[in-house]
Amino acid sequence: MEAVVQSHSRAAQSSVPLLAVEDLHVQFETSRGIVRAVQGVSYTVNRGEVVAIVGESGCGKSVSALTMMRLLAKTGRVTKGRILLEGRNLLDLSDEEMRAVRGHEISMIFQEPMTSLNPVLSIGMQIMEPLLIHLKMTEEQAQVRALELMQQVGITDGKRRLSQYPHQLSGGMRQRVMIAIGLACKPKLIIADEPTTALDVTIQAQILELMKNLSRELGIALVIITHNLGIVARYADRVNVMYAANIIEKGSADDIFLKPAHPYTNGLMRSVPRLDEPRGTKLQTIEGLPPDLRMPPAGCRFAPRCPHRLEKCSQPIELIDLGAEHSARCHRVNEIMSGALKIEFPSGDTVASQAQIGDKPLLEVSNLKKHFGVKAAGAGFFSSEMATVRAVDDVSFTIAKGETLGLVGESGCGKTTVGRVVLRLDEATGGSIKFNGVDVTHHSGRNMRDLRRKIQVIFQDPYSSLNPRMTVGEIIAEPLKVYGIVPEKKARLDRVGELLTQVGLFAYMSERYPHELSGGQRQRVGIARALALEPELIVCDEPVSALDVSIQGQVINLLEGLQSRLGLTFLFIAHDLAVVRHISDRVAVMYLGKIMELADRDEIYRAPLHPYTKALLDAAPIPDPRVERARAPRALRGEIPSPLTPPSGCVFHTRCSIATDICKQDVPKVRELKTGHLVACHHAG
Amino acid sequence: MANLSPTVPASAQFVLPKRPNPILHFVRAQPMGAVSFIIIIIMMFAGLFPQFVAPYNPLDIDFASILAAPSWDHWFGTDAYGRDIFSRIIYGSRTALVIGFASSALGSSIGAVLGIASAYFGGRIDNWIQRFMDILLAFPIIVLALVVVAALRKTVIYGVDVNLIIAIAIPIVPRVARVVRAAALSVNVMPYIDAARAAGYSDARIIFRHMAPNVTAPFLIMFTAFIAQAILLEASLSFLGLGVTEPIAAWGLMLSGNAADFYREAPWMVIFPGVAISLAVFAFNLFGDSLRDYLDPRFKT
Repeated sequence: MEAVVQSHSRAAQSSVPLLAVEDLHVQFETSRGIVRAVQGVSYTVNRGEVVAIVGESGCGKSVSALTMMRLLAKTGRVTKGRILLEGRNLLDLSDEEMRAVRGHEISMIFQEPMTSLNPVLSIGMQIMEPLLIHLKMTEEQAQVRALELMQQVGITDGKRRLSQYPHQLSGGMRQRVMIAIGLACKPKLIIADEPTTALDVTIQAQILELMKNLSRELGIALVIITHNLGIVARYADRVNVMYAANIIEKGSADDIFLKPAHPYTNGLMRSVPRLDEPRGTKLQTIEGLPPDLRMPPAGCRFAPRCPHRLEKCSQPIELIDLGAEHSARCHRVNEIMSGALKIEFPSGDTVASQAQIGDKPLLEVSNLKKHFGVKAAGAGFFSSEMATVRAVDDVSFTIAKGETLGLVGESGCGKTTVGRVVLRLDEATGGSIKFNGVDVTHHSGRNMRDLRRKIQVIFQDPYSSLNPRMTVGEIIAEPLKVYGIVPEKKARLDRVGELLTQVGLFAYMSERYPHELSGGQRQRVGIARALALEPELIVCDEPVSALDVSIQGQVINLLEGLQSRLGLTFLFIAHDLAVVRHISDRVAVMYLGKIMELADRDEIYRAPLHPYTKALLDAAPIPDPRVERARAPRALRGEIPSPLTPPSGCVFHTRCSIATDICKQDVPKVRELKTGHLVACHHAG
Repeated sequence: MANLSPTVPASAQFVLPKRPNPILHFVRAQPMGAVSFIIIIIMMFAGLFPQFVAPYNPLDIDFASILAAPSWDHWFGTDAYGRDIFSRIIYGSRTALVIGFASSALGSSIGAVLGIASAYFGGRIDNWIQRFMDILLAFPIIVLALVVVAALRKTVIYGVDVNLIIAIAIPIVPRVARVVRAAALSVNVMPYIDAARAAGYSDARIIFRHMAPNVTAPFLIMFTAFIAQAILLEASLSFLGLGVTEPIAAWGLMLSGNAADFYREAPWMVIFPGVAISLAVFAFNLFGDSLRDYLDPRFKT
């Protein structure tokens, strides 16, 4: 390790790096033992550079950032290492000195813009606070600077915004405010911990673009911590890939993406579906789970999951220099780089024959409407004045038996509500839902119970979708018992075991409680629960978006395998375009409660007709720096309008680049421009 | 099926922890809970078989030793009639346990069901239940209990006044209902409840199987806290002549009767019944807390 650090500092000797993390070790003392969250991590950040730290949850990427700010939880302790900011070791500073560094020299942007702003302080106050504290500005000076900052981060109408409160701003706006606060004291370094994970694709693109530009113009170095390889490709100069408390590969973005050396880096890139590549039959996936950091493997930490492990992989390994500041922590790195070893990951069931798609629609949704009444803004305390949110407004689609319809859109577009109405968890306000040709919109009682068996659901959050008080076995056995599918207890246990095997778990896991399982395993339990009723249609509501990248691939493959094996039909709701494209046969794009475009999967990605679909595809990051650099800057401006006051005419006209007067007046009709390609746009075609 | 097995995580094959004997496990995981459980067992034994424990008949009046200080003859001293306080406490534990436990169990359970139902159904049902609870809350506990006792009269079954239990339980209902409703509201929006609805389970099943276990924490806290309240409330009612009446041995009665006149001369008359009530309350609270932690699967390793 020491040697590597040396070689690095030599390489960067021409100018002392702005930040140097040297052999950092951080551990947490928990009731269940010592968790070594960061072990021997070293990297540097130069002035004005964008450095990414990529890794899955629990790999130590956030801990290393929090250590830099000295904001570790009380149980955390730095056992070894230095963090040098311009040669000054931050770990040796007194609390007082450290406070002067925070927000002034280094500032931090957090993931959740909803909770990282204080809800009871005005935006202006929050931007001005660091100026008043660190730069000892007067109120007037601070206000002038705050307005300047608002402009810099692209908030128009700054004067009015200053007196607003966080709840009056959208998520993207809040993240801009966070960035403005981060910029306030002209820091040398900004640490952004998953800055766009909670944002929609189009907003994510805007924010990243903004951060990159700011760092270039103002010469601020940027450390982006993320699990998303795609966003890194476009914006990072250098990338550090972390796995199980170690950096396992580091290098320039081009090296990491084009010549990845470590099998884990390779695996990460292959387990994500990509927008720019034809849809393969199956994703390659990294099997298994990251190691327990209380007792990590003695040798290469990735070895237990690596398809190319050898005897020697159980020996400890340090970063091996590959030249040009590219290094990787792998015993077989030379074989990999010379091309002697081709990295292949298993892709589960490679013969995934396409499920037979029937001719008759299984589900027909026509003119579906779901309106919610909410108390009107500005209505008095005793007033009962109501406003209507048109969460779903006139949506029609069909799904044939054995088919997967992908429903994509940004948050608040109504895609989840469509799913809930189809599941009959919410009552439709208008329109009809036909299942197997029977109108089920207002089923109740006995009919409803029969319908419930045939339509099941898989939820997004594997943590809250399982009852924490029931064992996995109880959860899966319950529907079998309630519906008398398997009335006998012994047989029921067997069936539970069978279902668990079907989703890639073990029968003995039925004894476990959900909290004893990992996120991916829980999601599999959720799938097994849905399968227990032997449904025909499964509504998948963002089933992989809460999972880590390497686990996502596993679950997607599982869903595809189950579909072809059991002849299932999916309504697949997601915001990730690449995932939707991978799994769906047809794709519907929603915006503000309406379907904008619906077409065959390949068709919609190859030749999108609606400007919104084009913008969405444009904004979705692709994990390849060459492709990313060749792409035009993101065109889509602005935010999604409030569903309380949707724009007149075409709801998209406020953000559309080709909108004309007619778009403001007339709601565009859904037109079938080609066979099976529906578009709601005045100007398409 | 076999084709899917490659997707099994390799490290998932760790051994299943054996689920140990629940009693032993409880003792190991919750030592304080075990101690409190032993206190409760002792109280129950004393309440069930006082004749084996108590040295004297609790009703025996002994004018030779009126207001005697604690001694080897009378461990806890005697009261104004020369009755042995230790024996009266032993006999009184039956009243305390039956009235305290039964009325708190009754009141808390009804309150919990109403609270969960209120959260689960929402809308009009929620509104009706909550407004009714508000009405009950508007009366001071003691007044409400008085009214119920006065209205229902005495109905003694196996030596226990059932109506007294009901009277003490009713004021408990709205208090538990409010707390449980708040907890149930947050459970009600969890995806696993949606999953249960989507699976077409009956309302009763969702309420009892899926929601109730997830609000046990506040329920157990309220339940054990109200056992103590109930014992004290019973004492107040006895003092007003509506609860247990002299000469029956009851802790509350021992505290509130003529003890008030003699506490300067014979402090043991109030100290020991007071200690008995505190110990019982302490034991139930501690046991409730331990039980809550023990029943929560997330606390298990």
